[in-house]
Parts: sequence; structure tokens; C-alpha cells
Amino acid sequence: MAIWVFAETVDGAPRPVVLELLTRARSLGEVSAVALGPGAGQATEALGAYGAGKVFVHEDPAFRDTLATPAVDLLASLIERHQPEAVLFGMTYDGRDIASRLSARLGTALIANATDLDRKDGTLAVISPLFGGTTLVTTISKSKPPALILVRPKAFTAETGGGVTPEVERLTDAIDAAKPAARVLKREKEQAAGPRLEDAAVIVSGGRGLGGPENFGMLDELAAELGAAVGASRAVVDAGWKPYSFQIGQTGKTVKPTVYIALGISGAMQHTVGMKGAKTIIAINKDAEAPIFKLADLGIVGDVHKIVPQLIKEVRSRKGK
Amino acid sequence: MNVIVCVKQIPDPNAPGKLDPQTRRLVREGVDLVLDPGDEHGVEAALQVVEKAGGEVTVVSMGPPKALDAIRKALSMGGTRGILITDPLLENSDALSTARAIAAAVKGQPFDLIICGTESTDGYSGAMPAQLAELLGLPLLSFAKKLEVGDGKAVIDRQTDDGYDVVEAPLPAVVTVTGGINEARYPSLRGIMQAKHKEVKQVGVDDLGLTGQVGAGSLTQEVVQAVPAEARKAGEVVEDKGEGAKRVADFLAQLKVI
Ligand SMILES: Cc1cc2nc3c(=O)[nH]c(=O)nc-3n(C[C@H](O)[C@H](O)[C@H](O)COP(=O)(O)OP(=O)(O)OC[C@H]3O[C@@H](n4cnc5c(N)ncnc54)[C@H](O)[C@@H]3O)c2cc1C
Ligand SMILES: Nc1ncnc2c1ncn2[C@@H]1O[C@H](COP(=O)(O)O)[C@@H](O)[C@H]1O
Repeated sequence: MAIWVFAETVDGAPRPVVLELLTRARSLGEVSAVALGPGAGQATEALGAYGAGKVFVHEDPAFRDTLATPAVDLLASLIERHQPEAVLFGMTYDGRDIASRLSARLGTALIANATDLDRKDGTLAVISPLFGGTTLVTTISKSKPPALILVRPKAFTAETGGGVTPEVERLTDAIDAAKPAARVLKREKEQAAGPRLEDAAVIVSGGRGLGGPENFGMLDELAAELGAAVGASRAVVDAGWKPYSFQIGQTGKTVKPTVYIALGISGAMQHTVGMKGAKTIIAINKDAEAPIFKLADLGIVGDVHKIVPQLIKEVRSRKGK
Repeated sequence: MNVIVCVKQIPDPNAPGKLDPQTRRLVREGVDLVLDPGDEHGVEAALQVVEKAGGEVTVVSMGPPKALDAIRKALSMGGTRGILITDPLLENSDALSTARAIAAAVKGQPFDLIICGTESTDGYSGAMPAQLAELLGLPLLSFAKKLEVGDGKAVIDRQTDDGYDVVEAPLPAVVTVTGGINEARYPSLRGIMQAKHKEVKQVGVDDLGLTGQVGAGSLTQEVVQAVPAEARKAGEVVEDKGEGAKRVADFLAQLKVI
């Protein structure tokens, strides 16, 4: 059974979620990847290392500069030619737009928010969390193939395997440039210092309990000492203390660090769904009843304004500074 | 400038959600129904467009007859008129059926822009707007945290992982807005009074010419199982009596972070 992975690339490098998907797809069927955009050809080796036996490549700049539509046109015709059983997409900004449009084009199932995939009596079963991760539902496609499945980043751990040099098919399908389309004019970065949230081994995350944007300064300091990334709850983002790119949770990012330190975060399920995959959770909250303590490996009932500065000092002294 | 805004009525997101153990569908009985808070930002964005450029805002919702309340709320904020797509045949529709019904309902309507939320608060799949754009053959400007309309085009700041992209599309287009795009206004008392007299057209599957193409009979997927997720176990919780920071540092050292 052919399982395809839509291999989103950035400047020729596959996004981490792509490697996660390939890793899981290997055990579900014969895996092919579709890599589009300038430099996509450079990704074939990595895609093969993670399990793609075949890679379709089309390097037209339109795939980078025009939202969704060129990729949908190409995928629709590729699918017609090869009829895969399912196509997996990372649930990223572009992945979601492309998979959704494609499902309307083909009239096939679109299953979103997947965190696991399985086979049940031969049928591909998609597991996704509901109600902030308290319930897991299993969904199967009832439409003609392929099922289009949007998988949350960090659902799987990427591991190399297969290790083949994939067969590469270079595509030359014409791009319809005349169609009305959404075109990217400019890209702006608002990058914070330190590691990216998605990649960080340690995350220091702040909630409304910090009291105001000025108090994120101490989080930055602590993060710098720990080599950590800084995250935030939605309450903080809604209040405008931090940009949306910091938000962790159901409507923000899913993270899986080794250590997650929650400071002044109550632990609402829409937040915890995005971080409860952390290996270890440490929480500081002044309310002993805060739900975050139900999942913390170490919980300190106390005031962040007192404890965090002490912690920074303590860490510095142990590092011999 | 004619703007269509799609709004969904959902169970109050502050109340915990429940699945019917038999049908494995969302329980909607006995819960308060509200206009999706995400869609209030869509309504606000639509109102801001016509306040600048002139024109009218048509509020469209698909749902049970009670979804009229969600449309009235949007009208009390300032929308011009409403279309309620309601039909027993549409019960338990999936996103694609919803997109088909909304596409059919707006087709006869002159519009320059359709505004939706990026994702609904209850379903959070965010599929419907892109499917709608595809069915109508229109460009989609998604994840807008800023929207400007003029000269026959729309330009947005589109949220990305580490910043935003400036993206442009010719009108007509579909736009999805994030919660960060604006502060949604509260309906005024006058707005609430006026909304009661605004026109809301009701349409069903037959009116839309969609018989046999939407609803439970044409579901693309089925939920076959729903189980409680395994919960994480709680660890140690200690009260800070001056030693809290030290405890955390000890733990971090044990984890080899320091
Ligand atoms: C559909 C939907 C999607 C959502 N998506 C997300 C999401 O993606 N991410 C997300 O985070 N939320 C999300 N939310 C919101 C979520 O429900 C919570 O409202 C939010 O996570 C609360 O943020 P918070 O913990 O910072 O604030 P609060 O819940 O207000 O908690 C603040 C905490 O700080 C503690 N505190 C106060 N002062 C101190 C002090 N001096 N020292 C120590 N502790 C202190 C308090 O005891 C309290 O526990 C979503 C909600 C909905 C309905
Ligand atoms: N039943 C509906 N009626 C009207 N608009 C809807 C409906 N369902 C979804 N939408 C719109 O599509 C957006 C995304 O919803 P969803 O795809 O369900 O996550 C919502 O914010 C609404 O703007």
C-alpha cells in the first residue's frame, strides 16, 4: 500500500515534521515523498534516509511564492496517476491549506489533528485528541482514496531507517500562473534569541501569573542560563505580552522538550495538550489547587516573583559564575 | 465592497465537552450555545472593511434552527443581513459538506470578500475555509493577523512559525483571521434592538440544489472509537518555605540540565 508524505521544505531542507511522518509511514506501507519548490531536490537524500523509497520533485519557485494552489494542482494530478492509499501532511500553516483544498478538489476525506496512525484489519486508522487531549478518537476514511491526513508536529520521534537512496522522479508539469492566487510579497522574521521552541530541550514557559510583560525579562535570563527557549500560555499572548509565535497549546505549538518549566500557568487542558508530551514537567504556581500540579513531576507552591530570581542565582552559582 | 462572513455556533467552550458514548458525536443538548469567539474576530474584521470602503456585511451560518442566535449576535455587532442554512439533512455534516452548502448559498450573492475564522473553537480542524475557497475557485489568504483591502485586492500579514509573511490576492478572495487581528466590539443596546428586525433568509438542501450531495449520507469519514486518554501521573508537590528555588535547582541538576 502506498503511503505518501508531503515533504514541505524550507530552502532545500525538509521541515522536522516531515522526517517524523516518514518515520511513522515506514511501518504502514511503501513510502513516497513529494518535495516541491526551489531546492527541493536537495532534500531527497534526507527523505530517503528517513524512509522514502521514491521522491517526486518539482523545483518551480511558484510552490514557494504562491500559497497552496500550485501544490494542489500538482498533487491532484500526481494522485490521479498513482492512486496512493493516503497522503500525510504536517499540520503546518501551508500543510493545512493544501490538504484542505485538495480534499475539496478530490472529494476525499480530510482527517485533521492526528497524533497517531495505525492499521486496524488493514484499514488505516487515525487517532486524534479531543477536549484538550482528555479523549482520543479513532477515525477512518469512508471516501474513495486517498485519505488526506494532517498530523500534528511532534506526534512521532524522527529516526533514520530504510537508508535507501530513493528513486527520484523530476516532474515538469506546467504551472498555471494565470489563475487568481495568493502570492507572498515579503517574509518578516520576529525571531527570539536562543533555540526554537520546537527544537529546544528545555522550555521555560510563562503564564498570566507573571503579572505583566516586564516580568518576562527574568524568564529570558533563566532561559539563557539553561540554554532554554521561552514559551507562553494563550492568556499571555491574548494580553499582548508576547507574540503568537510563543504560544503553546491546542491553538499554538506542540512541544516535547526534555524539561518543561511552567511558571504562573494554571494548566488549562488547552495548554497542557501542547506540552504534556514533555519528559519532565516542573511547575511553580502560588495556588496549590492549580491543575498543572496534576501533571508536574515537581511542583512548587509559591510566588514566581520570589522563586525565579532565586533560581537564576542558584543556577548561576552552581555553574560557578 | 460586499463582505460575507461565515460564523459558527458552538457549545460554550468554557464548559467541558462531551461525546455521546453511542453515536460518538458531540453532545449539544443541555449545553449553552454561543457564537464561536474566534468568529467574533471575523465579524469585526468584516465590519472594519465596510466601515472604511462602504458596502454591506452578510452573515452566513450553517447549523440547527437555533444557530439563528449566532447570526443575530453578529447582526447586533453591525452586520447587514443573514443567511441561515438549516436542514435536518445537514445534521452531523463534516467540513466538506459544510463547505459545499456555504458555497452554494453564496454563489448567487455578489461579494468581494469572504471572511472566516482560522479554525473553529470546537472542531479546530480549520478545513472549511480552504475547502470553500477551492469549491468557489478563489484564492485563500489564511492566518491573517492584519488585513487591508483596496485597489481590487486584499493584503494580509500571514502568521508563520517565526514571524509573518505579507501575502496579496486579487478580489474576490477568502480570508481567515486569527484572534490577534482585532478586538471584537460588543454589541450596543441599539445594535441588539436593530438586529431583531434585520433580514435573515433561511435556506435548505433543496433550495441550494444539493440534494444527495451533503450531510450524513455523504460523510467522508467515521469516528469508530472514543476512549479516555491516559493521564500523566502527578509527582511531588511541595510548598515554598524559602527552599523552593533550591529544590528546582537540585532537580535540574539531577536531570543534568545544569
Ligand atoms: C478553544 C480554546 C483554545 C485554547 N488554546 C490555548 C492554547 O493553545 N494555549 C493556551 O495556553 N491556552 C489556550 N486556551 C486558553 C486556556 O483555556 C487558558 O485560559 C489559558 O491557558 C490560561 O493561561 P494561564 O495559565 O497563563 O492563565 P490563568 O489560567 O489565569 O492562570 C494563571 C496562574 O498563575 C498563578 N499565579 C498568579 N500569580 C502568581 C504568582 N505570583 N506566582 C505563581 N503563580 C501565580 C495562578 O494561581 C494561576 O494558576 C484555549 C482556550 C480555548 C477555549
Ligand atoms: N457551520 C458553519 N457555518 C458557518 N461557518 C462555519 C461553519 N463551520 C465552520 N465555519 C467557518 O470556518 C471557520 C473554520 O472552521 P473549521 O474548519 O470548522 O475549523 C470558522 O471559524 C467559521 O468561520
